[in-house]
Amino acid sequence: MRYHAPSSVAEAVKLAAGTTGITRFLSGGTDVLVQLRAGMVTPDDLIDLKKIPGLHDITKTADGGWRIGATVSGAEMRRHAALCADWPGVVEGMNLVGSTQVQGRATLAGNLCNGSPAADSVPGMVAAGARVVVTGPNGTRDVAVEDIPAGPGRTKLQPGEMIEAVLLPPRGTQGGDAYLRFIPRTEMDIAVVGVGISLTLDGDKVVSARVSLGAVAPTVLLVDAAAKAIIGTTLDEAALAALATAVRAAATPISDKRGTAEFRKEVVGVLAGRAARIAYDRAKGAAK
Amino acid sequence: MSRIHVTATVNGDAVEFLADPRDSLLDCLRDQLNLTGSKEGCGTGDCGACSVTVDGTLVCSCLVLGVEAQGKTIETVEGLAKGAELHPLQRKFIEHAALQCGFCTPGILVAAKALLAENPDPTETEIRFWLAGNLCRCTGYDKIIRAVQDAAAEMRGAA
Repeated sequence: MRYHAPSSVAEAVKLAAGTTGITRFLSGGTDVLVQLRAGMVTPDDLIDLKKIPGLHDITKTADGGWRIGATVSGAEMRRHAALCADWPGVVEGMNLVGSTQVQGRATLAGNLCNGSPAADSVPGMVAAGARVVVTGPNGTRDVAVEDIPAGPGRTKLQPGEMIEAVLLPPRGTQGGDAYLRFIPRTEMDIAVVGVGISLTLDGDKVVSARVSLGAVAPTVLLVDAAAKAIIGTTLDEAALAALATAVRAAATPISDKRGTAEFRKEVVGVLAGRAARIAYDRAKGAAK
Repeated sequence: MSRIHVTATVNGDAVEFLADPRDSLLDCLRDQLNLTGSKEGCGTGDCGACSVTVDGTLVCSCLVLGVEAQGKTIETVEGLAKGAELHPLQRKFIEHAALQCGFCTPGILVAAKALLAENPDPTETEIRFWLAGNLCRCTGYDKIIRAVQDAAAEMRGAA
């Protein structure tokens, strides 16, 4: 295995384009190095992104959104008060990935590229309307997060492409988001069901919403019907019931050792209601 | 396989070593620098026995490559005591008998020190969540939590 530590994105992409064997980009390493240890994937070329200036920054964008570099860890997101104030759901999803030690290394971009349908940071990003900056041999493009996963362990990134940064839109006033997951213990487990919701209010009424589900389909889902169920409402009981019905209809879970399909369908409706309430309350708090 | 020359600071000392790119930081600490306090439990970031800090951030050294340590400042359990004087966490672990076989203890001490650096007065819940990535199969954790609380109180008093 050859280790490379390029000093620019252009150099990293050029290195990747010049390789012929198994190539991996290294950010936090909490998946790539586990796969190396386990003998599952031994890269011929490992391209460490952490020496690239700028990839390690959390910056406010000109439009009032955020740019989170590909090598920013969960611990760094948690310590960034302004980011946490704008997008608490995105940060809480990321912070559910692994232990304190894993948080010291794991990244949003890596969690997305690992391609797990149960990735805890992804529903929050999808609900937020996050996009990723993808750079490869054919230049740079900007892609919606929900368009990256292709199936368990697979993404739609082309060979040689890497994610440079995650872009969060401006939060604006009267907006809130939340991520909740179900696990059978209190910490350090993989989501049986995850739900991310972001919404904005006009007074008491929901005027926009995005609802994303994890671990109930081969990829993280964005469910338009679930958003429609709460838009125009004050998130009353009828709206929450319609939301639960919509997410249960969209979920196509499998039964495995962590939960049955029936259980996941039940829980996704419950969690969607709770996450919507939290997002709503945060939006109200933000409006004060 | 060509080995890569790495320079870093470990427990305040400038160090250098040659690392195979596949070697973990844990391998390098133990086998090249003879710092065998950090333990390998699982090797996959689940157990926390290899916990160290890199530039102040708590990580599993089994999930860091040795070559990534270039230019970094690393603290291991060997850096806790000042000569013969134990760190308050180490003393309190002994007083509370917060260890049995001791294999997880170095990682827990390093993790607890990182917690107290960030939060000098953690609640029991905060301690339990922070240490959720440090597995102990002997003690049942209660004595560990009490030792951390007691050390935190003493360190606050001293500050």
